Amino acid sequence: MDTKKQNRRRFLKEGAALAGMAVGAIGSASAQTPGAEASPVPYRDRRAYGRRSRFVNSVRTNDDDATHAAFGRSFNVYTPLQDSIGIITPSSLHWVSAHGYEPPDIDPQEHRLMIHGMVDRPLIFTLEELKRLPFVSRIYYLECQANRPEYKGETVQQSHGKTACSEWTGVPLSLLLQEAGVQSGAGWIVSEGDEAGKMTKSIPMAKVMEDVLVAYGQNGEPVRPENGYPLRLVVPGFEAIYSMKWLRRIKVVDRPYLGYKEISRYTRDDSRSSWFQFEMGPKSVITFPSGGQRLPSRGYYQITGLAWSGGGAIRRVEVSTDGGRTWKDAELQGPALRLAHTRFNMAWKWNGEQTVLLSRCTDELGQVQPSLAEFARFWGATSEQFLSRSARGAGHSNSIQPWGVNRDGSVYNAIS
Amino acid sequence: MRFLNLLAPVLTLASCVVVLAQSPTYGLGRTPSEQEILAWDIAVGPEGKELPAGSGTAKEGEALYARKCAACHGPTGTEGKAPRLVGRQTRTVGSYWPFATSIWDYINRAMPIYQEGSLSADEVYALTAFLLFKNAIIQESDAMDAESLPKIQMPNRNGYQPPPVSEWKPGMPRPFEILP
Repeated sequence: MDTKKQNRRRFLKEGAALAGMAVGAIGSASAQTPGAEASPVPYRDRRAYGRRSRFVNSVRTNDDDATHAAFGRSFNVYTPLQDSIGIITPSSLHWVSAHGYEPPDIDPQEHRLMIHGMVDRPLIFTLEELKRLPFVSRIYYLECQANRPEYKGETVQQSHGKTACSEWTGVPLSLLLQEAGVQSGAGWIVSEGDEAGKMTKSIPMAKVMEDVLVAYGQNGEPVRPENGYPLRLVVPGFEAIYSMKWLRRIKVVDRPYLGYKEISRYTRDDSRSSWFQFEMGPKSVITFPSGGQRLPSRGYYQITGLAWSGGGAIRRVEVSTDGGRTWKDAELQGPALRLAHTRFNMAWKWNGEQTVLLSRCTDELGQVQPSLAEFARFWGATSEQFLSRSARGAGHSNSIQPWGVNRDGSVYNAIS
Repeated sequence: MRFLNLLAPVLTLASCVVVLAQSPTYGLGRTPSEQEILAWDIAVGPEGKELPAGSGTAKEGEALYARKCAACHGPTGTEGKAPRLVGRQTRTVGSYWPFATSIWDYINRAMPIYQEGSLSADEVYALTAFLLFKNAIIQESDAMDAESLPKIQMPNRNGYQPPPVSEWKPGMPRPFEILP
């Protein structure tokens, strides 16, 4: 046991060194101009596992979470939404927040999922057994509750890069719980991950029985290690911390269990303090043109972006190209699926003048994405307090993101 | 331990019987033994039903804290690069956490960093007692155990809305959504 632990430590240490090298490599790659990377990969070397063109160099960028970084355990990266195409995020570009833990190196042969607690038949499954059960594939986004417009976000990657959309494949958790036989009086589950800190999160049973997946597939291949390999929960529409990665255990209980992440983080802690926030509200953002990009000339462009809502499907996206004076309906580029990213487009002829671009969406419940002022008014705070993070309750900010366009074509974060 | 060893053949026999019990519809999975469940089940709820035997006081926790925790959380729990543990002004145990059982649960599963899960039950009780004492919630000599810990009234116990037990329904608008 001790030797095993030591080996694991050594592995983690060496892994950390490797990760450091990888970060260095990413840094230098992104600093290069497109196509300036090393010579083309010989085509034989691309046969086993395909690689993208050397002219494509869109990458995830690091978060600057000081607390986690102080312990050498920061594994937080953002999705480059400014380069996104369609609604699916490549697994290799899926954002990650590992809450200060290393993605564990799990052998799928050794991994087990235990279901116990208030059930008639506690069960342990191997991965192989889970894969023999009826499965479904569903396209869902996962968004961190901290994803929101802020001063510091110069690019859409920095402001909104903690959302991504994948096709997830796995067994409905409701099926597993039916096999275990949920007892009367059970109202919640406690899910638990297999990272070093064994994170937990409580989920209401009604949601579990509705659409929660125990997923092993992501975009046609096994879930990536940093996204939960070999097994994770996908709790669509809820803030992503509910979607437990490296899932090892489901305990059926009568009441929420209130782990660390439920009582000191991810709470609504203003005067209306509450242990739980569930769905993320309707949100949209223009991904092109967006902060840090540059329009080469006046003339024709397709404004495009993404919209999503924890309330279900996106019904409508409106775009303003004049700072909010007038709004026009954008085209929803299907499919517009429930709890998935929805792509929108709008033709635009830029006249070369300074302006501000905005988007706002409406979901199937009729919920409309608020302006920053509306959002702040609801919370009894000022916009300034939200943007500077001095207002509690700022999690879940789904306010409208303005992108300013200068006469030289440069695009900037126009929050003020 | 020896007692358990003697029991082992009996338990194995018992588990042979329950191994046959698989999921009813698909006949997959197996039934975990009581021992397996106990070993895995480190989640402690607000009622403290899962708390193991053992106990500890703040006095015992003090030396342990200095050795295992102070490097990151500071000598008094108000300094250091890790989150603050003591005081009223930030989201600490004293100012924010509604249940004392959550302190036990979190220290036991996730502390100290890089040695997660290495503390004994007595040590976790002692450290929990130390944090409660430093936040002026219990006395230095109060022993924390499976019985006393769930009874601790935390200062922020009523600072939250009541738990919305199973109130979630499909298609429910978000509680603070702005409708037009």
